[in-house]
Amino acid sequence: MNRFDYVRAGTVAEAVQAFGAGARFIAGGTNLIDLMKYDVEKPGRLIDITRLPLDKIEAHGNGLRIGALATNAKVAYDDRVAERYPLLRNAILAGASAQLRNAASTGGNLLQRTRCYYFYDTATACNKREPGSGCPAIGGMNRIHAIFGTSENCIATHPSDMCIALAALEATVQVSGPQGDRSIPFSEFHRLPGDTPETDTNLAPGEIIVAVDLPESRFPQHYTYLKLRDRLSYAFALVSVAAALELDGDTVKTARLALGGVAHKPWRNREAEALLEGKPATRESFQAAADLIVSEAQPQSENGFKIDLARRAIVRGLEQAAAGTPQSLSDKRIQ
Amino acid sequence: MRLENQPPVSADTPIGITLTINGQRRELQVAPWTTLLDLLRERLDLTGTKKGCDHGQCGACTVLVNGTRVNSCLTLAVMKDGAEITTVEGLAGLGDRAGSNALHPIQEAFIEHDAFQCGYCTPGQLCSSVGLMNEGHAHTRDEIREAMSGNICRCGAYTNIVDAIEDVMQGGAR
Repeated sequence: MNRFDYVRAGTVAEAVQAFGAGARFIAGGTNLIDLMKYDVEKPGRLIDITRLPLDKIEAHGNGLRIGALATNAKVAYDDRVAERYPLLRNAILAGASAQLRNAASTGGNLLQRTRCYYFYDTATACNKREPGSGCPAIGGMNRIHAIFGTSENCIATHPSDMCIALAALEATVQVSGPQGDRSIPFSEFHRLPGDTPETDTNLAPGEIIVAVDLPESRFPQHYTYLKLRDRLSYAFALVSVAAALELDGDTVKTARLALGGVAHKPWRNREAEALLEGKPATRESFQAAADLIVSEAQPQSENGFKIDLARRAIVRGLEQAAAGTPQSLSDKRIQ
Repeated sequence: MRLENQPPVSADTPIGITLTINGQRRELQVAPWTTLLDLLRERLDLTGTKKGCDHGQCGACTVLVNGTRVNSCLTLAVMKDGAEITTVEGLAGLGDRAGSNALHPIQEAFIEHDAFQCGYCTPGQLCSSVGLMNEGHAHTRDEIREAMSGNICRCGAYTNIVDAIEDVMQGGAR
């Protein structure tokens, strides 16, 4: 780990003011400290924001405001989240380990970096780590990589489970920075790699996440977070599906679907969601939506299996949501 | 000195922090890049806490911070200024056996159920088990298994570890 200056901020304004080139904010530290040990991150200054008063979960309009420093465990086990946003609870509990969820913050979860092997290995090239150096994942070891929204510069995936649920729930990210405060719709928070894969999000330099707002609860009954991975716990998703439905009898009134493990950001396809709306909640409707989504998929040399896996996971996830039988967090059999 | 609202501490200046470790208050000077794990092992000779992967993947470094289990390898000591830390060395002094030399019930249960072979992961497994019980979210065997997935045991003592935890949760091994 490199040497760095250390600042402990007492207010958001102090934290923003302490920011400069090469500085990083630190909260839970579970991803940043790991990256520092690999010399992927070498901040000249760490700004400790753990003392900021941003750890509350409170009513906000008809929704809920989650403070950026609320730990993943605190959010998952909050009674209001469990009752009104069980999709978020299940997605959080499908990720990481209990120890990590006890430390990791809400804001930090949004800012997790990819787990692409090449990004982590400083002996190799990586356009995300060293812009312009190349992408050895293309044509290399890419079994875990993206099938949607890739570019010739980067095929990395976004690693978070929580963010897949937040995308489906259409959360809003509240940020504060040198230019003041602003709100960012969740779908515009993360970005695709394009020509600048070094930039994961649309946060401006020095901006800090202060809260994540959830809109009014609409999916407390018909939801699931279905996560498929190489081992049954404590592994990143190969493919995950956050599905949320509002039903009118047997007809789909509203459909929200976000995929994890398949793109540089939580992947949504609004055409597929629109296709479901007004249709009967049947396997046939779900297969049509899944087919539309995967029709845009582009495999790499080793991850073609993800296309069929995604297609099947979407259908199964929508079936679980429609039946009101979300994927169990402890019994890993997929029903 | 209150650290908030102070100018940045430059990289070559140690920072004064206070930690209560296994019930003992310690005033310490640490470099900001010192992890809690390295502080415990290298400075304070509390070598019960193990460095397995040093990347939050194995759980051997699990300790309790204010009663909550975390990976001490992914935590900077300066960030925990003011916290209460419990390591495996402090488990025997917890709960109704404080002040005695008796083992914590989970330690007795690990012996009773043969819940380790080489023992390297055991301190982390023990602290994680106590954290799990403090949290109170796991009740069934499947839930215990899921809630312990952050602790890897390469000898494969998992079944007996779950037995030991279940036993203590049901009031046994005392």
